[in-house]
Amino acid sequence: MNTPTSHSGFTPIAPRPSPVRTTGFVAWSRRNLFSGIGNTLTTLFVLALGIYALPGILQWGVVQAVFAPDASACQAARGTGACWGVVAEKYRLILLGRYPFEEHWRPVLATSLMLAGLVVSCIRMFWKPWLAIMWVAIMGLFFALMAGGVMGLSPVRTDLWGGLPLTVLLATVSIFLAFPLSVVVALGRRSHLPAIRSVCVVYIELIRGVPLISVLFMASFMFPLFMPQGVSIDVLTRVVVGITLFAAAYMAEIIRGGLQAIPKGQLEAADTLGLSYWQTQRKVVLPQALAMVVPSIMNNFISIFKDTSLVTIVSMYELTGALSLALNSDVEWRPFKIEAYLFITLVYFVFCFAMSRYSLWVEKQLSTSKAR
Amino acid sequence: MTTSSTAEPIIRFDKVNKWYGNDFHVLRDIDLDVAKGERIVVCGPSGSGKSTLIRCINRLEEHQQGHLTVDGIELTDDIKAIDKVRKEVGMVFQQFNLFPHLTVLENLTLSPMWVGKIPKKEAEERAMQQLKRVRIAEQASKYPLQLSGGQQQRVAIARALCLTPKIMLFDEPTSALDPEMIKEVLDVMIELANQGITMICVTHEMGFAKAVADRVIFMDQGQIVEQNTPHAFFNNPQNERSRDFLSKILGH
Repeated sequence: MNTPTSHSGFTPIAPRPSPVRTTGFVAWSRRNLFSGIGNTLTTLFVLALGIYALPGILQWGVVQAVFAPDASACQAARGTGACWGVVAEKYRLILLGRYPFEEHWRPVLATSLMLAGLVVSCIRMFWKPWLAIMWVAIMGLFFALMAGGVMGLSPVRTDLWGGLPLTVLLATVSIFLAFPLSVVVALGRRSHLPAIRSVCVVYIELIRGVPLISVLFMASFMFPLFMPQGVSIDVLTRVVVGITLFAAAYMAEIIRGGLQAIPKGQLEAADTLGLSYWQTQRKVVLPQALAMVVPSIMNNFISIFKDTSLVTIVSMYELTGALSLALNSDVEWRPFKIEAYLFITLVYFVFCFAMSRYSLWVEKQLSTSKAR
Repeated sequence: MTTSSTAEPIIRFDKVNKWYGNDFHVLRDIDLDVAKGERIVVCGPSGSGKSTLIRCINRLEEHQQGHLTVDGIELTDDIKAIDKVRKEVGMVFQQFNLFPHLTVLENLTLSPMWVGKIPKKEAEERAMQQLKRVRIAEQASKYPLQLSGGQQQRVAIARALCLTPKIMLFDEPTSALDPEMIKEVLDVMIELANQGITMICVTHEMGFAKAVADRVIFMDQGQIVEQNTPHAFFNNPQNERSRDFLSKILGH
């Protein structure tokens, strides 16, 4: 039907809904799960796998499991049911390490404070100058509560700190210190001044060339050898310095990648506008570079959080180390390590998944200015 | 030859030579005087050194030989001299080079506030004035990527104008634009040209040259081959190479 369109009469066509549904669950499954023969077969295979495995997992994990902290019941159910009783029995030791039993309220309060502070810091509404003051207060309270010796609290040595509070403390402080250091090192590596550039390159390559374990080992055992007699630096400080230096080297390379991706024209425009080097970096380059590498940086943060488990090598028992401590010496409960590990896996997962989701939120926030 | 008074030229190239690396001689014995308020169009085939020429004026490129003086200040490695020159010279790029993470208004107020140390309110007022001048004031709170190419280039022009420069350099400002948008940018540039600012424009838009330029400079292989008034240059090119170039670009 090829009727010529008349010039005088133009009838606009009102929008109609699409005949094929493109949104909604049915459309989603058709597109993602059943789109071709390969996909459909894979979906059916995975479903079959789930149907085969799920009852077994439920049997072991829920139906036949022992929830009470009863060692003999657990022994009896061995092989057929999970022993969640180990968690019920040992959770305080796993979560809080060697901290004195009666003073457990202190690390619990201190960690809750720090976690609350972290949550508040993540929300855009609170990105104001007083946030810095809040953090000084939180850190002060944290150390006062954990170390004691003030406000009538009994002193507790730092090598007794352990479990989740230690993990959170190490991760938070190391990340917080490593980030500005990594920005400086990344900029330094791209500097035109050979002295600065060499120092940064040597630092990055040295640290990247060795595993975190050796960095911690060196920080903990070799560092005191260089100190004058009588001066001993607290083991916690040494460990934090080690993790910070390690994290900063990797983050510096991530940030350098972002810096390289900035088009030269941006720098030329900043030059013609008369901006100095630091003004250009602060107002033009870094905002764009950091926004670009948010996924990689958050990835690194998540790694650091889990890398804290390596401090066991220097006899600091954070979450993973405390688990070994709790179970290795106890013959009754030692066979049920799997359940205990699943428990701390869940704890790690909660934290890491939260960081992961937060990363996506940050990316979305930053990209709203780029969309048309 | 310029018909200016006995006043000092605002830009003087004196036997300026530049090399890229050891072998590529990109600017060869450039001698050029630009008078205050003069409007110059530089044209030529690609690779002729036109962009390099104007980029030397605000030291985005360094020349290795000869003397280049802008507004009485000689351009050397002296950073203070370079900063002073950059305050007087504004530049508009082919790729706009707006800051995508800042709004249009923030793009314009960045330098006055941070370099000129002007308080925010005043900087914003000046910025709005410039935006009105390029007829894009209603887009002030948008981000550059939300604007069309022609709008972005006009914002770039306004941004350069915010620093009240004495000299404006344009490096192929319309080459990256869709044809419909070229007109809006050229209109702004013509208005600007009629307001007394010294302008040097590298462009292929010969219509613009005819409308506005006091002098057209034709460059080829790093040298100034011919310079004349637009009328004389387009109607009666003296040099073989100029004739060749014109026949190619004016052919269609």
